[in-house]
Amino acid sequence: MSNSASFFSDFQISDLLFLGEAAGRTLGISTVSITIGTALGCVFGWALQESKWFAQATIGTILDIFRSVPLIIQLILFYNFFPIIGWKMGPFAAGAFVLSIYTAALVANVVRGGIDAVGTPMRRAARSLGMSYWQDLRYVVWPIGLRAVFPSWVGVALSVIKDSALVSVLGYLELLRASQILITRTQEPFIILACAGAFYFALSYPLSKYSKKLEEGWAS
Amino acid sequence: MIEIKQLHKYFGALHVLQGIDLNVSKGEVLSIIGSSGSGKSTLLYCINGLEEIQKGQVVVDGTTVHDKKTDINKLRQRLGMVFQQWNSFPHLTALENVALAPKIVKKVSRDQAKSIAEKQLKHVGLGDKLDVYPSALSGGQQQRLAIARALAMEPEYMLFDEATSALDPELVGEVLDTMRLLAEEGMTMICVTHEMGFARDVSDRVAYFHQGVMEEVGPPEQIFGAPQSVHTQKFLANVR
Repeated sequence: MSNSASFFSDFQISDLLFLGEAAGRTLGISTVSITIGTALGCVFGWALQESKWFAQATIGTILDIFRSVPLIIQLILFYNFFPIIGWKMGPFAAGAFVLSIYTAALVANVVRGGIDAVGTPMRRAARSLGMSYWQDLRYVVWPIGLRAVFPSWVGVALSVIKDSALVSVLGYLELLRASQILITRTQEPFIILACAGAFYFALSYPLSKYSKKLEEGWAS
Repeated sequence: MIEIKQLHKYFGALHVLQGIDLNVSKGEVLSIIGSSGSGKSTLLYCINGLEEIQKGQVVVDGTTVHDKKTDINKLRQRLGMVFQQWNSFPHLTALENVALAPKIVKKVSRDQAKSIAEKQLKHVGLGDKLDVYPSALSGGQQQRLAIARALAMEPEYMLFDEATSALDPELVGEVLDTMRLLAEEGMTMICVTHEMGFARDVSDRVAYFHQGVMEEVGPPEQIFGAPQSVHTQKFLANVR
């Protein structure tokens, strides 16, 4: 038996490094998607709140589709659709694009809720002091609404970090894809998935912890 | 001077203000009384342009409020307003609440805004609460904070929209005292109120509103002593 070739090899320390690099890519695609998605979501959420009928009919409908269709289907459809219209997009760009719009769809609703939470009486009070529409938005609605919906936004951000695993179906070598490769090689799914889970936790926990600290600061 | 000429306001099919004519001179204190839904508060919102109007005119010191060419943000600096709900900005301390508008609207320096805020907070008896957040203030204190915030813009007129009706009974007095103080200092005030004692003692004139119509206006002695309109008589008989 000792002379026969083995298709499998054991899990090694260097594999951890491989997983670590993949976790870095997960962090990268998540950061890009959350940043772009949040920026777009703020604009969309504001538009939905301010021009209810028109924005709901246009942006609202599109965002509803993105929120309702499973992310994995969106990823595969867009990845295969881009080359048809002549856009050459790698797995990262296509994945980040879809994740960003998906994040924007979720954040838009969070932002709309935040503006709602401020309420007309508060905004009228601000305007009665002579503040312009934009000053009211910048100095009153934004800081008050942000605090009101910050926990929901953190929830969206954490779920996007985990959902980024789905970009693996495009062949992007992020944490889940790297885990699958290692499992195929080592046949040690338990250890590897536990390590991958630990990496996801390590990515998410600081955000969750930091956000709690921020909230505590606001509350005191 | 605030001149209201044949003012009509609708909310959909509801005719909330039905041709109001009213002038308020500098230094005058006018109280507006009447049952809920009579259009008193809506009138105040129309005066500082927070509500659109359908017919008529509101003119403040020669400037037509609802004229498209009017810089409404500039005009509102002359019209301080205090609402039923105090609407303190919860993310700012008392001092920052008051200093915000002078800083960003009037563009005064940070130090100047701070000293204006200090002065106005002391004015309303909150000199020891400068660094306190609104959540740590009572309703009465928050309402006085709202008054200080409006005064920090150095308005020519103050509009009070039922400033005491959301307060617990024991907190009403401190807010009314602040309003009395302003009246004594010569501030021009329009007060929508359910506080008949305040209306009688502090006002130069009292107006009674009923279902969107100004039924009667006159000195407090006349309105409370010898009301002409049947509706005024009925209302006063009920609130006494």
